[in-house]
Amino acid sequence: MATITEVTPEAATLSNDEILRYSRHLIMPEVGMEGQLKLKAARVLCIGAGGLGSPLALYLGAAGVGTLGIVDFDVVDYTNLQRQIIHSTADVGRKKLDSAAEKLKAINPFLNIRKFETRLSSDNALELFREFDIIADGTDNFPTRYLVNDACVLTGKPNVYGSIFRFEGQASVFATEEGPCYRCLYPEPPPPGLVPSCAEGGVLGILPGLVGVIQATEAIKLILDKGDALIGRLLLVDALGMKFRELKLRKNPDCPVCSEHPTITKLIDYNEFCGIRGEEKPVETAVPELQVEELKRRLDAGDDLFVLDVREPHEYQICNINGYLIPLGDLPKRVNELDSSREIVAHCRSGARSAKAVDFLRQAGFKKVHNLSGGILAWADRVDPKMPKY
Amino acid sequence: MPKIHIPTPLRQYAGKQPDIEVKASTIGEALSGLVAQHPDLRRHLYTDEGKLRAFVNVYLNDEDVRYLQKEATAVKDGDSISIVPSIAGGRS
Repeated sequence: MATITEVTPEAATLSNDEILRYSRHLIMPEVGMEGQLKLKAARVLCIGAGGLGSPLALYLGAAGVGTLGIVDFDVVDYTNLQRQIIHSTADVGRKKLDSAAEKLKAINPFLNIRKFETRLSSDNALELFREFDIIADGTDNFPTRYLVNDACVLTGKPNVYGSIFRFEGQASVFATEEGPCYRCLYPEPPPPGLVPSCAEGGVLGILPGLVGVIQATEAIKLILDKGDALIGRLLLVDALGMKFRELKLRKNPDCPVCSEHPTITKLIDYNEFCGIRGEEKPVETAVPELQVEELKRRLDAGDDLFVLDVREPHEYQICNINGYLIPLGDLPKRVNELDSSREIVAHCRSGARSAKAVDFLRQAGFKKVHNLSGGILAWADRVDPKMPKY
Repeated sequence: MPKIHIPTPLRQYAGKQPDIEVKASTIGEALSGLVAQHPDLRRHLYTDEGKLRAFVNVYLNDEDVRYLQKEATAVKDGDSISIVPSIAGGRS
């Protein structure tokens, strides 16, 4: 494989402080002075300073990757802290970019950190990628995954890929000259709504650690030009079974972007490609809604209301309003447990699943059924501030 | 019997099982046996026209069946079939 990093004159030496810092690298023949200088000259762009980006940036920074770019526009919130280890409790509310840069500088003051507070888009990706040697994809959505892949192919930059869901992860190195790209593996994204996101599905906190460190390892191997890169191989990580499996990936001779005769030769509209058209109206507006204050008032007044909770049992354990629990997925086969003559108020966490439940029940002939707008989160915000939110 | 490995996002439609054994001599038979046992999986694996969805990759052991004989690929006892859908999580 062609050398990824050119050792520039300004990165051609290490100071005595740097030599001491990197001594455990320097005494390894696989790195040595030559490798450490390559690391210093290397420029890696991390897309996202979240679950995957945290361990990735921390290890790359500690290892002495000279220039670390980070693209992120998000703010740290409490639910990030369970896995996004570059951010601390005091950072809640701060820009992830600032919080991450501060930690990286604290670990390694020799780093050149470049912050890009922007949403990666078809307008800025190519220009941005050209300034880096390796792109590390730690995004959380399909449009950006395809954008990163295509921009890597078009600029000839390797895409160190990692992706996670609940307790399973994937990692690979895409878009090298000889290897396949993400589109060779998945020519098309799933239709919206068919694959749950981390926010809906949850994620085991250590998993982005495992996968992000694999991405960091691959980035460093590419820079050092040592070992066998994860090119043409998809590593599957199952943290529950603690199994690592490997699948063969081939370059698709008909790949729309990386084959000999590509049909995609410039960046496209990735939201459209992934079937996302602007800000879609939330589904819950289509069904009759009840506000939490109104529910509270009517319950207190002793109205005959049947509260149906369509979340999962493990969510019910976190907090509940004494609703009758039937998880959305079980509703079709348990609908006979409900009395259609009573007035029903369905709720979930934020209102999306219960909107589907209300829609289902109305189609099943239920007439007096409402969706609790904003779900139990709205209840916690506006009715019972003691209730935990998740 | 060949064993089908069910990825996490699809387990909720497959009785929450990580692996399911099916009697089959080809990949196509194995998958139709699987959706016969777990009808909820059908719309996640197949389009309305009955074609395997483009974002669902099927592997026989470590080989993509697209580069073997696709759904006609022969399977035998002890083979491991993996369904590998695309997942996107990472940043948030």
